[in-house]
Amino acid sequence: MAHLQLKKLVKRYPNGFEAVHGIDLDVQDGEFMVLVGPSGCAKSTTLRMVAGLETITGGEVRIGERVVNTLAPGRRGIAMVFQNYALYPHMKVKNNLSFGLRLAGRPKDEITAATAEVAEILEIESLLERLPKELSGGQAQRVALGRALIKKPEVFLFDEPLSNLDAKLRASMRVRITDLHRRLKEEGRPATVIYVTHDQTEAMTMGDRICVMKDGHIMQVADPVTLYDKPENAFVAGFIGTPEMNLIPADLSIAGSHSLKIGTQTIGLQDTLASRIQASADNSEVTLGIRPQHFHLVDDGTPDSLTGEVSALEFMGHEVYLHVNVEGHSLIVVVPGEEYDPSKVRGSKVTLKVNEARAHIFDQASGKNISLT
Amino acid sequence: MTVEVANSSIAEDMDRVNRQIARRQKINSMVRYVLLIAVGFVMLYPLIWLVGASFKTNSEIFTNPGFWPKEPTISGYVKGWQTSTPYTFGHFFWNTFLIILPKTIGTCISASLVAYGFARFEFPFKRVFFSLLIATLLLPNVVTRIPQYLLFRDMGWLDTFLPLWVPSALAGDAFFTFMLVQFLRGIPRDMEEAARVDGANSLQTLWYIVTPLLAPALISVALFQFMWTMNDFLGPLIYLSSVDKFPVSLALKLSIDTTEAFDWNQILAMSVLAITPALIVFFMAQKYFIEGISTGGVKG
Ligand SMILES: Nc1ncnc2c1ncn2[C@@H]1O[C@H](COP(=O)(O)OP(=O)(O)OP(=O)(O)O)[C@@H](O)[C@H]1O
Ligand SMILES: [Mg+2]
Repeated sequence: MAHLQLKKLVKRYPNGFEAVHGIDLDVQDGEFMVLVGPSGCAKSTTLRMVAGLETITGGEVRIGERVVNTLAPGRRGIAMVFQNYALYPHMKVKNNLSFGLRLAGRPKDEITAATAEVAEILEIESLLERLPKELSGGQAQRVALGRALIKKPEVFLFDEPLSNLDAKLRASMRVRITDLHRRLKEEGRPATVIYVTHDQTEAMTMGDRICVMKDGHIMQVADPVTLYDKPENAFVAGFIGTPEMNLIPADLSIAGSHSLKIGTQTIGLQDTLASRIQASADNSEVTLGIRPQHFHLVDDGTPDSLTGEVSALEFMGHEVYLHVNVEGHSLIVVVPGEEYDPSKVRGSKVTLKVNEARAHIFDQASGKNISLT
Repeated sequence: MTVEVANSSIAEDMDRVNRQIARRQKINSMVRYVLLIAVGFVMLYPLIWLVGASFKTNSEIFTNPGFWPKEPTISGYVKGWQTSTPYTFGHFFWNTFLIILPKTIGTCISASLVAYGFARFEFPFKRVFFSLLIATLLLPNVVTRIPQYLLFRDMGWLDTFLPLWVPSALAGDAFFTFMLVQFLRGIPRDMEEAARVDGANSLQTLWYIVTPLLAPALISVALFQFMWTMNDFLGPLIYLSSVDKFPVSLALKLSIDTTEAFDWNQILAMSVLAITPALIVFFMAQKYFIEGISTGGVKG
């Protein structure tokens, strides 16, 4: 059983820089956990501590029942796939695949069988006699995947394995990896996965759960739907979803009826949003979070709406992105292609109604979502 | 019709221009090659003369300034090989071999180990140690000759091959270690990390992963060590006293010492033989050798 736990994990590099500040994370047996976050948020550092390639400054890593802090990487029951493949350049593909098994001194026929099996799963049978430099990027990555798979590890670690591939290949490899994960589960030997990426599409499509990190802290751990619909803080809200969620500074008052003041405009809030807001948040500076898809274009003069001016316009085919300037804040509004009114061009006035059921209010100082139910 | 005419005249024009360019390139490269051959000849002339003179008789060497022998003879080789000592020249080659073999192999092994340590591991006082290594690199050899001699004398190693190869086989040649450290720094660590995840310990990683990657550099190391040892004169001169232990470099000098009238043709003939192994090894390893010193890392 490979239940993986990080407890109060800290990493301080020799130069004194603290990259990871005591994070806690539980990855269930057989779960596909994605670590995502902007560059430099210590995703790789965290992963490498789990792998044993980086020493642990504080806290512990548990795999199954064992604390593995000081165990050599080869003894942790893990396999890792690296961003730039890290194939052994002087070994043929088949020897790359079987290196670990050969080191462990497994019998020859077992190694041959295992190599054949993995090669078949990943469709690299025809490449077995080649050297890594004779492979394309996609093929090399499949070999790297095979090298991990052949060990039948309890935990798979991926560090941005697809970021060197072109978009099309990336999409197909994504499906291949999730398929593989599901297949292992169906075969009754579920593999726990930690998958590092900075690409939120990968995160959203592949992860059972996603762990969003920032500057060595975990911002939220949740399944993709929760992460999208109920971000715990403004950072997660802004990080997940394309185009980004609009985050608009506003003043909230909840004395009497709820209302938000944005610059000179004030909108009263309906119950769908008002009832969710914590009572302690009266008269506070907040941030209104609203996804570009969650605006309606309405007629001029509609009550509780925002007016602004179109500053730029991007036509994407099935939808149109309007960049709207509201009180000095630049918002993005996504309008479905068929609803787009061609008279709305650069410079024209638009009136926007916020879909309050999907809006969030964040405390401006702490960034916390104060409108979660 | 007119269009076709125009087309064909354009084609002719382009043809002419192309031919002009081709001719100019030909002349260019001819000039370049003639120059290179001329300079190359000047630089190689002493070597060519040496080979030619080794087939001359002793008297012809001083009368015929050209390099082509009038009456080629191999008597220089035959007599030179006999030497004026009880041993043939083969014996001296064997002595050289006995020094070179452990020295070269030992250097490769010890220098890789030390370089691997410096390039890949963190340990206390690493910077200090590395500075020391560089310092010995900058230290002139002569400075340590006498203390070294005294040390080896106290160890009872005089008149043995040991002082000639043991220090190098214990990574005593800072230059090679430094060269390998630099080479290793240019190699990404991912492969080694992958190997560690695959279950290899440090030594296994060194042997299965790092050494193959280091191969071009190691070949350079072996080659340099081979050539330098082959040519080393001072070391054997200081530490060896009995003739039966003399390597080739000393033996050559021997024939000058012992005869009153030098048989130059014999000396030259043996000199030709003495440089032959180095030349053969160099040409065999040329490809890797040049790769090793020029790239200093892995190609993409
Ligand atoms: N060896 C090191 N010494 C000191 N600081 C380091 C070292 N390696 C990484 N860091 C720092 O630790 C932080 C986290 O680095 P890490 O490589 O884990 O980021 P990441 O989330 O993987 O980023 P990316 O998406 O760019 O790969 C960064 O601020 C980085 O500068
Ligand atoms: Mg990274």
